[in-house]
Amino acid sequence: MPWTRDQMAARAARELQDGFYVNLGIGIPTLVANHVPAGMNVQLQSENGMLGLGPFPYAGEEDPDLINAGKQTITELPTSSYFSSADSFAMIRGGHIDLSILGALQVAENGDLANWMIPGKMVKGMGGAMDLVAGVKKVVVLMEHTAGGKPKLLKQCTLPLTGARVVDMVITELGVFRLARRGEPRVELLEMAPEVTLEEVKAKTEAEFTLANA
Amino acid sequence: MGKLYPDAKAALAGLLRDGMMILSGGFGLCGIPSLLIEAIRESGVRDLTIVSNNAGIDDAGLGLLLQTRQVRKMISSYVGENKTFAEQYLAGQLEIEFNPQGTLAERIRAGGAGIPAFYTKTGVGTAVAEGKPTAEFDGETYVQERGIVGDLAIIHAWKGDTEGNLVYRKTARNFNPVMATAARVTVAQVEHLVQPGEIDPDHIITPGVFVKRLVQCPPGYEKRIEQRTTRPRETA
Repeated sequence: MPWTRDQMAARAARELQDGFYVNLGIGIPTLVANHVPAGMNVQLQSENGMLGLGPFPYAGEEDPDLINAGKQTITELPTSSYFSSADSFAMIRGGHIDLSILGALQVAENGDLANWMIPGKMVKGMGGAMDLVAGVKKVVVLMEHTAGGKPKLLKQCTLPLTGARVVDMVITELGVFRLARRGEPRVELLEMAPEVTLEEVKAKTEAEFTLANA
Repeated sequence: MGKLYPDAKAALAGLLRDGMMILSGGFGLCGIPSLLIEAIRESGVRDLTIVSNNAGIDDAGLGLLLQTRQVRKMISSYVGENKTFAEQYLAGQLEIEFNPQGTLAERIRAGGAGIPAFYTKTGVGTAVAEGKPTAEFDGETYVQERGIVGDLAIIHAWKGDTEGNLVYRKTARNFNPVMATAARVTVAQVEHLVQPGEIDPDHIITPGVFVKRLVQCPPGYEKRIEQRTTRPRETA
């Protein structure tokens, strides 16, 4: 059985470590917040200027001055702090954030990432994605394995890049892959979802990969 | 003449002209200078270049200036919430320059600090770096980005004194403090106006030197929520 979106998020949460400062993207990555192990101290960063994101507010307690990067109302925690966009991206670009988990349209076997535009369609903008992948210590992509039946883990990205050689790990409903940001391009399949076969993964993946423990 | 003006129109008097570059604080609809945007709309000034992280939504924020076609070019990082924007862009009536959000913030910070250009890793190997100089530092490639200095900055603060010392509230701070530093004239709207000395000097985020003019938000000033998201109450 391939993993559900929630199981994918739970798998991504295993990349968290105590004391980590983490930025979660919009979509499946947001679900990772529900899987932080009890007792582990993880502070979530929101690029609009907040560390220590709390849960969504109760109805009637929404504050227009308190939103996340997806413009949703949120709450603060005792550990929270607020800062300007310039300070926020000093954290991101200066390598002070430990982990970024974000979605993707395409990932190439050398770690190139495309997740911000499809030529010919309305362009919305890259937001903070290019800064995150360029500056955060570890970049994990959480995405569906295919789109419209076509592989998303490719030999080369065909869409405009968000960053060149920036992806450390890809988690899909089928399994987990480790990539190399430096040296020879290398993709290793670390694990597969229960009852998923190697044949299925190979059939749905264009990138060349090896088995991590082979 | 002090810094305090009776209303937004008076605070912008003599500052607006066609073709100018205006920097606007805010993230989404959070911490946007709505009063000042509305006064710019009323003025009818045209051909504007607007530097702002987002473009508002169709009927709020900078979307108001798009509706009236007063904007020629946007310098932004994300404009996905605005349909008017998409229509005008696809019809070739509006120019857009996308900047990575951190590059945008740093270009403004640099402009305000008198730094004409800087190098960053963000965007290297992407379309963002095309046509820009690159350089190697310590074995890594970086791309050069230019500082931004605008003709006018419009910002929103939670509290300000008549000297222009400002304090922001929660995530409504966002781009406001950097925008305040990077224009020839900065006009701030404040929710709460106080006298000098009423804000602890240790708590001031934007010192008054960056703020030339000030206007107080009227009673009932509305701050809109773009994505109202809540969770159910736990049952006891």
